[in-house]
Amino acid sequence: MRIVPFLISTAVTAGLIVGLNRSWGPIPPLGSFFSPQHGFWQNADPVGKDYSENLVLPGLKEKATIYFDARLVPHVFADNSEDACYIQGYLHAKFRLWQMEFQVYAAAGRVSEILGRGPGDGYLKFDRTMRRLGMVTGAEKAVAEIEKDSTTKKDCDAYTAGVNEYISRLKESELPLEYKLLNYRPEPWSNLKIALFMKNMAYELAGGEDDFEMTNAKSIFSKEDFAKLYPSLRDSLDPIIPKGTVFQKPSIDLKIPATVDSLYLGNRDSALVWEHKPEKANGSNNWAVSGKKTLSGRPILCNDPHLGTNMPAIWYEMQIQTPAYNTYGVSFPGAPYVIIGFNDFCAWGVTNAERDVRDYYQVRFKDSTKREYWFDGQWKAADKRIEEIRINGQESFLDTVAYTVFGPVMYDNTFNGSSIRRSDKYYAVRWTGDDPSDELSVFNNMRLAKTYDDYREAVRALSTPGQNFIFAAKDGDIAIRQQGSFPAKWKKQGLFVMPGEDSSYLWQATIPGDEAPALKNPERGFVSSANQPPADSAYPYYLGGDYPIYRGLIINRYLGRMDSITPRDMMKMQTDNYDVFAEMARPLLLRYLNESQLSMDEKKYLALFRDWDLRDDANEKAPIIFREWWSRFEDGVWSDEFSRTTLALKRPDESVLLEALLKDSTFSFVDNINTAAIESLRDVVTAAFIQSIPVLEAAEKEGRFQWAQYKDTWVRHLLRLPALSRMHVPIGGGANCINAANQFHGPSWRMIVQLTDKTEAYGVYPGGQSGNPGSPFYDDFIDKWAAGKYYPLWVMDRDDARDKRVKWKITAGKGDLPTGQVN
Amino acid sequence: MKFFVSILLTALLSFVSGLYLPWWGMALVSFGVSALIGQRPWWSALSGFLALSLLWGLLAWMIDTGNNSILSHKIAQIFPLQGSSLLAIGVTALIAGLVGGLAALSGSYMVGRPRVADAD
Repeated sequence: MRIVPFLISTAVTAGLIVGLNRSWGPIPPLGSFFSPQHGFWQNADPVGKDYSENLVLPGLKEKATIYFDARLVPHVFADNSEDACYIQGYLHAKFRLWQMEFQVYAAAGRVSEILGRGPGDGYLKFDRTMRRLGMVTGAEKAVAEIEKDSTTKKDCDAYTAGVNEYISRLKESELPLEYKLLNYRPEPWSNLKIALFMKNMAYELAGGEDDFEMTNAKSIFSKEDFAKLYPSLRDSLDPIIPKGTVFQKPSIDLKIPATVDSLYLGNRDSALVWEHKPEKANGSNNWAVSGKKTLSGRPILCNDPHLGTNMPAIWYEMQIQTPAYNTYGVSFPGAPYVIIGFNDFCAWGVTNAERDVRDYYQVRFKDSTKREYWFDGQWKAADKRIEEIRINGQESFLDTVAYTVFGPVMYDNTFNGSSIRRSDKYYAVRWTGDDPSDELSVFNNMRLAKTYDDYREAVRALSTPGQNFIFAAKDGDIAIRQQGSFPAKWKKQGLFVMPGEDSSYLWQATIPGDEAPALKNPERGFVSSANQPPADSAYPYYLGGDYPIYRGLIINRYLGRMDSITPRDMMKMQTDNYDVFAEMARPLLLRYLNESQLSMDEKKYLALFRDWDLRDDANEKAPIIFREWWSRFEDGVWSDEFSRTTLALKRPDESVLLEALLKDSTFSFVDNINTAAIESLRDVVTAAFIQSIPVLEAAEKEGRFQWAQYKDTWVRHLLRLPALSRMHVPIGGGANCINAANQFHGPSWRMIVQLTDKTEAYGVYPGGQSGNPGSPFYDDFIDKWAAGKYYPLWVMDRDDARDKRVKWKITAGKGDLPTGQVN
Repeated sequence: MKFFVSILLTALLSFVSGLYLPWWGMALVSFGVSALIGQRPWWSALSGFLALSLLWGLLAWMIDTGNNSILSHKIAQIFPLQGSSLLAIGVTALIAGLVGGLAALSGSYMVGRPRVADAD
């Protein structure tokens, strides 16, 4: 033995192995990661992989068969609801485990546990936001509600068991790629995680508000200016419930606080908070047309929810059949049931209600220990919850959250959101998402629904996020309801931060479900929604919230003049790129442009804009000119007033500016207050046009002078890794088009269902059925989605087992199966 | 002769080890084979290197072919390998080769200098 070289060589070998067996910052353990028998190579599914197998699943009560079609959509045939949910959990885990767990981590404020504190402590701040909003306590309450409902409880138990069955058999080599990249392992699933997943949706869709921005605006602008900047309704609004509808008298009589003028509306205090917010563009379209307007004489229902265009996709498509029901549609990996889809009798879909269900109260604590706060004339003890936020590679962060009668204290002397400025103001949050609710029972009941009455009963349980729940049935009914738990508020309640020292500012009641804005079989032959206000000022309750209006306008305009509608017409409409905002803004811009100031080159762009067909199609040029021009115009109008402060503010919506100028070209904000001269609308419009020219010229020179390239839509991996994303997807549309494809956001599932005797349905989503970036099924729907094309949705019958559309088959039983058994 | 036997035996046993043990099982194999089949240290090291880089490289290449390079192309962007599947396979082979070579060198030093006549 050569002792010295042996020792040196062995030490180097051991060192190398140890070094390759651990992660270095963002670099995963290279040894296991590159091992063809353990690491990422194991995730490189062979093209043409065989998904057929016989499975022994001890948690099943009876047996189940899963047929996969060529798109890897499973058609599940189970003998009872629990087995169906068990199989659903198993399949979600098999194809989407990483994303469902990661989204639950996000909801529970556990991102730092995987990714560390993040740049500028960003992940830690996000986690604190989620904890302080009460996401976990809210989910715990939701689990308690689920326990009360025997069906949902049994189904959730079965779903969780199915997920855990898959996790328990997962070998290291089979871990989804992201676990290997980030070097961690999945935890057991639970019903709490299902509830957390649903809370994540509640946050994304009903967690937004602008209370601090509005409070700051109130502190800066005069009352008159505030009314101009933030009007509650728009002239061009076409609400979900048509104008002129008469509503019944409200059953709730609200008491306005005696101090409302002095302490609330007249209060000029500002706040230093900068909030983390859900994506503002989370919205959607849905509509249903009655048989009067269709070629088949039967209703057609359409829905396209707009969410982050993420990979792996938020949706997992499937058919589930038991002797009691037969549903087809998309499900959330992370929860049981079909969320948007249809059964043999009816179809349903949702858009976001956009109501304001999250308010703030400024609470006064005795001292910075947050032990006691002043409420109704005495000191009251606050509950405390200590949140341990684990941080990858570091010590845990302990966050103490005080709970008051209003809700958890979200912002305080230790936390001001993403703002680094400290203040000693305490803001408690009141959010309907923190209340007990059982949203899953809605989808449990919808799979069984046959008639309008069933639907009406099923949607009652929908609390948060509130949705415009649309319905159409084979018996001919169409309907829409804005369903959810909406607090009955007096005018402007919760628009600003409210005084939190007595009970007079508390929410007083929830609007009864029977008084929800609703429409059934209207004369005009269609119902629709696109996140616009549910009603005009005739609705007897204060609506609050922040609503886009343009998609709703164009949808109703199209539907109003269409007849003999076919599913093909609906496809054309759902992917339509007509920009109705541009239609209204262009005359204004052209009227006030001073053409005599323009050079020949500049006039070339003007001609493109003037001749534009107002479509935001992928290959158009004019939408770029319009966007550049309009955004500079907005800057010209607002930036002087809005840059006077470093406080969080919100610029008025583009519809506010446009409508103000259509009414009054001498709108006071047009003038630049930083100059001695008085600028006219003509000056600002013309300057904005001239300023946009260099950007347009640069885009043209760089070959980006086409709308799709300029807008640059991505279907983006949840970790935002470009390599795992589909970048530069050639798709037109935009925020104000029905085809609302933005950069990282857009139609996340387009569905069209014609309710003929044999249902005729079409759908597509930006992604693929497999969540594995190494699978050909990871992103195979994206090109079709971008091109505005659809897949026919195959509702398989039990007798279709030998149909050539069946590509693979999983036979599952609870005990040993004889090989080759045919169901 | 020993050289080729070492390579074959190391690759074969490492493949089996990979089915049951963590990835570093192959280092034990390489070490053991080198200790059993006496060669000059650097010949041992070279056979360990070649055995494992060929094993991993070949396995990776086979998987990659079956996968139409879908995943390797992505991994080669997350790691700065210009999106090249070939480079991803190369890095895979290199990692295994380094571990195999060093482990074999250690094994060889443990048993000491082989009889000169056996070296080839």
